Amino acid sequence: MTGARGLAAVKDAALAAFVALVLAVPLVGFEAVDRGPQGSGLQTRFTLVAIGVGAVFAARLLLTALRSLAPVFARRERAAAPAWLGGKGALVAAALLVLFAVVLPVLPFSSRYLVDLATTVLIYIMLGWGLNVVVGLAGLLDLGYVAFYAVGAYSFALIARWLGLSFWEALPVSGLLAATFGVVLGFPVLRLRGDYLAIVTLGFGEMVRIVLLNWTDVTGGPNGIAGVPRPSLAGFPSSPQQRIVFLYYVILALALATNLFTLRLRRLPVGRAWEALREDEIACRALGIDPTKVKLSAFAIGAMLGGFAGAFFATRQGFISPESFTFQESATILAIVVLGGMGSQMGVVLAAVALVCLPEFGRVFAEFRMLLFGGAMVTIMVWRPRGFLARRAPSIRLGAAGAA
Amino acid sequence: MAYFLQQLINGVTLGAVYGLIAIGYTMVYGIIGMINFAHGEVYMIGAFVSLITFLAMSALGIGSVPLALVLMLLSAMAFTAVYGWTIERVAYRPLRGSYRLAPLISAIGMSIFLQNYVQLAQGARVKSLAPVVKGGFKLMQQDGFVVQISYLQIAIMVLTLALMAGFTVVISATPFGRAQRACEQDMTMAALLGIDVDRTISLTFVIGAALAAVAGMMVTLYYGVIDFFIGFLAGVKAFTAAVLGGIGSLPGAMLGGLLIGLIEAFWSGYFSTEYKDVSVFGVLVLVLIFRPTGLLGRPEVEKV
Repeated sequence: MTGARGLAAVKDAALAAFVALVLAVPLVGFEAVDRGPQGSGLQTRFTLVAIGVGAVFAARLLLTALRSLAPVFARRERAAAPAWLGGKGALVAAALLVLFAVVLPVLPFSSRYLVDLATTVLIYIMLGWGLNVVVGLAGLLDLGYVAFYAVGAYSFALIARWLGLSFWEALPVSGLLAATFGVVLGFPVLRLRGDYLAIVTLGFGEMVRIVLLNWTDVTGGPNGIAGVPRPSLAGFPSSPQQRIVFLYYVILALALATNLFTLRLRRLPVGRAWEALREDEIACRALGIDPTKVKLSAFAIGAMLGGFAGAFFATRQGFISPESFTFQESATILAIVVLGGMGSQMGVVLAAVALVCLPEFGRVFAEFRMLLFGGAMVTIMVWRPRGFLARRAPSIRLGAAGAA
Repeated sequence: MAYFLQQLINGVTLGAVYGLIAIGYTMVYGIIGMINFAHGEVYMIGAFVSLITFLAMSALGIGSVPLALVLMLLSAMAFTAVYGWTIERVAYRPLRGSYRLAPLISAIGMSIFLQNYVQLAQGARVKSLAPVVKGGFKLMQQDGFVVQISYLQIAIMVLTLALMAGFTVVISATPFGRAQRACEQDMTMAALLGIDVDRTISLTFVIGAALAAVAGMMVTLYYGVIDFFIGFLAGVKAFTAAVLGGIGSLPGAMLGGLLIGLIEAFWSGYFSTEYKDVSVFGVLVLVLIFRPTGLLGRPEVEKV
């Protein structure tokens, strides 16, 4: 019995290895290289192919073995979120995390570099939480989230430059502009079914980038906008060293506000309508929820949060150009939301930390970062389609109906 | 007039390429109702495989251009088809029957993965290929402007027509085509009647990938430069073509591809090249808002 199963597993792994060989030979086995005037030529790398094929064989065998031995590795459509995610434990963990974030700049091992890195992480956390409203709660797949980030960043830079407003005055304006933009974009397209919406938002994201690139009079085109003013508050910060810490606290405050805001929203009727819509649009319509209005509110709020993050990004960098707002960026933010578990606030934090810190471990990780993330997105979907740390349970329940 | 004619020729050539990619989108959408987001990447892989095959053949000393082109075509179609099969097997099949966004997210992950895979394996720099098929006909001359149609453009149009004709025959008159259409209408019923649904879906991906590989080879020869990022824009444009023609409809995909190619060629010929991609996205948004079923599509009824 075991022997027959073992043989089948080896056969299966051999088949996988054969497919891997066919896949790898043209693209990994040969590399097209430019040899200048002599035109292009080829370089062979068959050792690499052999290593890859061997790795696929071993991995497939290991996977089969693990699947039959440990049920954790089996694919499951609906998996219960780990127990530590819910209840008191999660609350304590979240409180500890916030405490750690607050004292981070004054910890003994803290450095300028670490605080700077943490600021980047927080920008992504904020973007992830913003997109989570759209994707995780309302179930609208937005592939052009970077458009709102860009609108926030550019409107902040332009307002600050031409109207001379300070960071604190311009921040709400750029958030509102991004939200308006979200409504204007969303209104015509939110009637579409989910997968069409994804492509249209992708198209919008690219359109915004192309317009930023070519509307040279206003946006500076590929040169971008330099000299975006820095924020200050009551005489702070007075030195560059202080400024980094100051910026860190600004984004920390923004991110925490975002978190509280979305957590509260989830308990309001509109938040419940988002979650209901995500689960079943037709049932919602039958119950008298206007899908377009509800979707539009999620879109606008997500856009506003993205706009805030964009404004902060502009003031932190002091320089913005269309290069910061490519599809790659949208994909990164989406990866954070998906890997963290759609709808899970804590998951976004973990995924953002992993994504931003991965390249810091070395050049190899930096190069392979997006490859790993793409692969991880597929793996998560195949292994736990409802998300790794997903909270698909409704945010609030009626009485003790939770037993269902 | 002369300028118009030249743009028309360029537009039809471009449209042939988009049409071939669009068939892959529309077939997959028709059968399993998902947007195969990684299809643009499949086309990019087809372009790379054909470039590498060509370089390998020049290294082996195969000098005859027609032989080289045929081998290039076969190898690109074969290897890319395996990629198409693997993508479906790894990223989509386990998710059949899951909620609607799951395969789409998986497809986006696959697309990111493939893009970075090719970037790492082949480098981020643009790959170039010296023109292989040279020359052409001069059609007319007006005010010093010469209207030309190159042999390559003729070859692209003829090959596309031949493939589409062959493909139409496959769908309408072979057992696979029957199975494919049956699955499109009702997958459960088809399975009950003894059709191997998994195999049919796999074959759909294989054929779609092979057609995209032909498009990739054409672009490699036509423009002479490719990089790992070409799949993104071409994918969105071909998807727009599929939607414009009516997603799920095969003649629609061909018509949509042609129209998108023409729109792009005329837009860059008469307006501005900077905004030519915006024009295509604009068409997509307008079609989806005002005529979501496309030109030749059937209205879709959502069932509970």
